[in-house]
Amino acid sequence: MKTIPQTLLLLAFLSLSVFPVFSQGYAIGDKAADFALPAVDGNTVSLSDFPDARGFIVVFTCNTCPYAQAYEQRIEALNRQYASRGFPVIAINPNNPSIQPGDSFEKMKERAAQRGFTFPYLLDEGQEVYPRYGATRTPHVFLLERSGGDLLVRYIGAVDDNYQDAKAVETPYVEAAVEALLSGRPVPMETTRAIGCSIKA
Amino acid sequence: MIMNRIPLLLCCFLSATSLLQSQQNRYPWLEVSPKTMVSTRVGDIPVVDFSGLQPLLEQDGPGIHVINFWATWCAPCIKELPHFESLREDFADRGVKVTLVSLDMPAFWEKRLPAFIEKRGIESPVVVLDDPRQNDWIPRVSPQWSGAIPATLIYDHERREFYEQSFDGPQLEAVINSFLND
Repeated sequence: MKTIPQTLLLLAFLSLSVFPVFSQGYAIGDKAADFALPAVDGNTVSLSDFPDARGFIVVFTCNTCPYAQAYEQRIEALNRQYASRGFPVIAINPNNPSIQPGDSFEKMKERAAQRGFTFPYLLDEGQEVYPRYGATRTPHVFLLERSGGDLLVRYIGAVDDNYQDAKAVETPYVEAAVEALLSGRPVPMETTRAIGCSIKA
Repeated sequence: MIMNRIPLLLCCFLSATSLLQSQQNRYPWLEVSPKTMVSTRVGDIPVVDFSGLQPLLEQDGPGIHVINFWATWCAPCIKELPHFESLREDFADRGVKVTLVSLDMPAFWEKRLPAFIEKRGIESPVVVLDDPRQNDWIPRVSPQWSGAIPATLIYDHERREFYEQSFDGPQLEAVINSFLND
């Protein structure tokens, strides 16, 4: 009789020691921290640089991941659709360029120019921002809403429900969440999951 | 009329089952015919949606099932693949079965996947999971999975663990040994 609880405890302990990562990062409703990161246009960008923004669509993304590439145009479309309505896109490349040379600052500049990004594309220099947010993959979206002096996390997850085909999307998660915030309704789906490239640390 | 149709029906039935049968040695869990197959010089790779993959994640029989989620474009996945290949070789006699679930996109099925498997001499069975409804099936693989790869599910009849991480050889062996010693 005694051995079963002990085995369970041991298993629980082992699981905890193997999965330390999952509990880190933001949950829905948490206050998001500001940052100051280098952008491809040569400026340093912080969320406090946008005093009129009602919130931010923060996207951890990169040059090299096929999923990030599949969503590039859709991320650009989100910025064109929502920057003027108070929710600009802020894209952050969380990868360590010494591990993933295709995600170097120079390559980011090239890609932003080629693709005509209209949103700030930042490098997570020192890789301190993505773990604080709890990003695990690219692309990984964190939608923030201003509330008094704070920025609160309202949505965490994928851009939409079909990476393969933008025309076959049934639920545009981020769009639905921003629309909900703009009209004062609760966000319909607050978290979603998607396959993505692990962040290169 | 009916008699005339029987040979035709029988013929269709046979070709569908023989397709399934030809896969049964490498893919004993496969219950439905794959959506399509990717041909390689070392054998055909079934492409399934999540409902087709699910039996792989719920096998009742003896043994330790190691299911690794990977893709040819995922550098850390490629780096750890040799450890899974060694595991399959070194632990087969102790009932360890490795299956590699590729999340390569359709554009890579012809272009990259066969060449990769042939060039690297991958011998573990490979299956392609093609199902865009990721938010539905990721939590059904494991509630712990955020969706990043590499990721590995390891289970036997009494224990089930999910690892959203890369493995090196000793780490992987340590986990398998913990299953063997249970």
